[in-house]
Amino acid sequence: MRAMTQVAVPHIETSGKPAFPGGTFLAIVKRDCPTCVLVMPVLREIERHIEHLGGTLQVHVQDDVTLAAGFSHAYDDIVLATSYRYNIDTVPTLIRLKDGREDARVVGWLRSEWQSLTGIAALGEGLPAYRPGCGSKTLDPGMPARLKVKYGNSGLASRRIEVPPLSDPVETCYERGWSDGLPVVPPTEERVLEMLDGTARSPNEVIGLIPPNLVPCTVEKVAINAVMAGCRPEHMPVVLTAIEAALMPAFGLHGVLATTNACTPVIMVNGPIARAIGMNAKGNVFGQGNRANAAIGRTLQLVVRNVGGGRPGEIDRSVFGSPAKYSFCFAEDEDDPRWESYAVSLGYSPRASTVTIFPGDGITQTIDHISRKPEDLCRSYAGCIRAIYHTGHIIGVQAFLAIAQEHATVFYDAGWSKARVKEELLELLKIPVREVVPGRSGLSGLTVEEKADADNLIPKFKNGTFNIIRAGGSAGKYSAIISSIGGRGSIEPVTKEIK
Amino acid sequence: MPENILLDPTAETAAAIVPRLARPQSIAGKTIGLFDIAKMRGDEFLDRLDELLTARGYVVKRYRKKHFTHLAPIELKQRIKSECDLVIEGLAD
Repeated sequence: MRAMTQVAVPHIETSGKPAFPGGTFLAIVKRDCPTCVLVMPVLREIERHIEHLGGTLQVHVQDDVTLAAGFSHAYDDIVLATSYRYNIDTVPTLIRLKDGREDARVVGWLRSEWQSLTGIAALGEGLPAYRPGCGSKTLDPGMPARLKVKYGNSGLASRRIEVPPLSDPVETCYERGWSDGLPVVPPTEERVLEMLDGTARSPNEVIGLIPPNLVPCTVEKVAINAVMAGCRPEHMPVVLTAIEAALMPAFGLHGVLATTNACTPVIMVNGPIARAIGMNAKGNVFGQGNRANAAIGRTLQLVVRNVGGGRPGEIDRSVFGSPAKYSFCFAEDEDDPRWESYAVSLGYSPRASTVTIFPGDGITQTIDHISRKPEDLCRSYAGCIRAIYHTGHIIGVQAFLAIAQEHATVFYDAGWSKARVKEELLELLKIPVREVVPGRSGLSGLTVEEKADADNLIPKFKNGTFNIIRAGGSAGKYSAIISSIGGRGSIEPVTKEIK
Repeated sequence: MPENILLDPTAETAAAIVPRLARPQSIAGKTIGLFDIAKMRGDEFLDRLDELLTARGYVVKRYRKKHFTHLAPIELKQRIKSECDLVIEGLAD
């Protein structure tokens, strides 16, 4: 992140040459800065002195040029062109020019340095010896990116698209096909530059090939889509890691996109970054209303749509789709230390921040207001989980079970770990061969030995993963199943640390 | 903040400028709308086109908006689009 200097201690940079009287000086000030107001009489002293010797002093004012009324060379720099050109970060700044080029500068007010720079021995004798300056308006929020676009070269490689005269940029984004159906934030150069402040990675770095068209995706393209999705720059580390995770072969992003099923990438964030960027792990965790959750998940979807070319009705052949295909992103609730987080269970440090990508159709809620024993609650879960896709469906199915606070308390009170609950559920989710349905999930997935006896028990998640996480609000005896197609070797959950 | 220049979020494989809809190769069998924007003498021009097209056996449908200074209502534009294959609009007097 770019540092925002508000107050700076004066310093001097010189070429080592002796101070000289006369010459050309340039001062950058603003009325909103008490130190600038303080030094105005000093600037008048400098002007008198150097004009007498044939030199000039230019006074450039960033906010209100009347501050420099009466000076021979007063300039309104409200557009900050001069301030940008001289890379001003603090006001007042006094620059000494030699042959039209900067020779030395002082920032803030330090009498001895101003005296040294100007060669005027008794300069500013009536003032305090030292006063720090204020932040230059070139560093106001959003201004660095705006000025870089206006006066510099943003260095961004993407094609520029002109919004037709009198058109609304949001409508242009729709017309270009860049939207998922909801309005997007128009990706201007300023906004994209600000988004790129959220990562130290180079805009032209390719982070991977986005399916279905396997298009190289640069950090810059991610930033553009992150702007459109509504991200803040501080979301970028999560966004970039989420995309990289989604591109890991084990996840099978192409398959998740192209399938006729409803599934879509689900992003789960673990570790300190979730709290740092304000992600929601509690009430309405899978719902609307949290910017980080909504925008990070939406960015991945927009990258697949815009960079990869994955669009509904084309490569995306989902029969129903899901509201989750707008965005499905959340943080695991790690507040209660009695259960380790998903990431910790994989071996990551609790201090590490990670992104896990897994496929999900949406959620199915399980309700059990009655059970007070962990065994009873597990039996309730098992009935619901067994019904995923079909009670006899065992192949190519997987799930995450999100347990909310009140249900978790049943297990906490009984001293059951996450692993114990998982073990119990997997035992309950064994299905007799006679109940396994033939067909897509069917008996063809069973070995000869398994099929030999109709009473043989086959795991519901025969080749798919099953995991338990903590999330959701504190009131209500609910849990939620996030189901999906997939299985080991095709579409699997993947986890990647945010570096 | 200037919002008239946007950065392309796509793979940039599609043309930056979307081409106009191609003109039909032939108007044979097409239903032709004649759209009078209510500007002076536009009706004379469109009446004559109507005569010529009808005499040649084309199906012609006529439309008119209330005043040329007002935008055509959405309903009217939707009706023209749903009823015609192509439309001729009398723009100037």
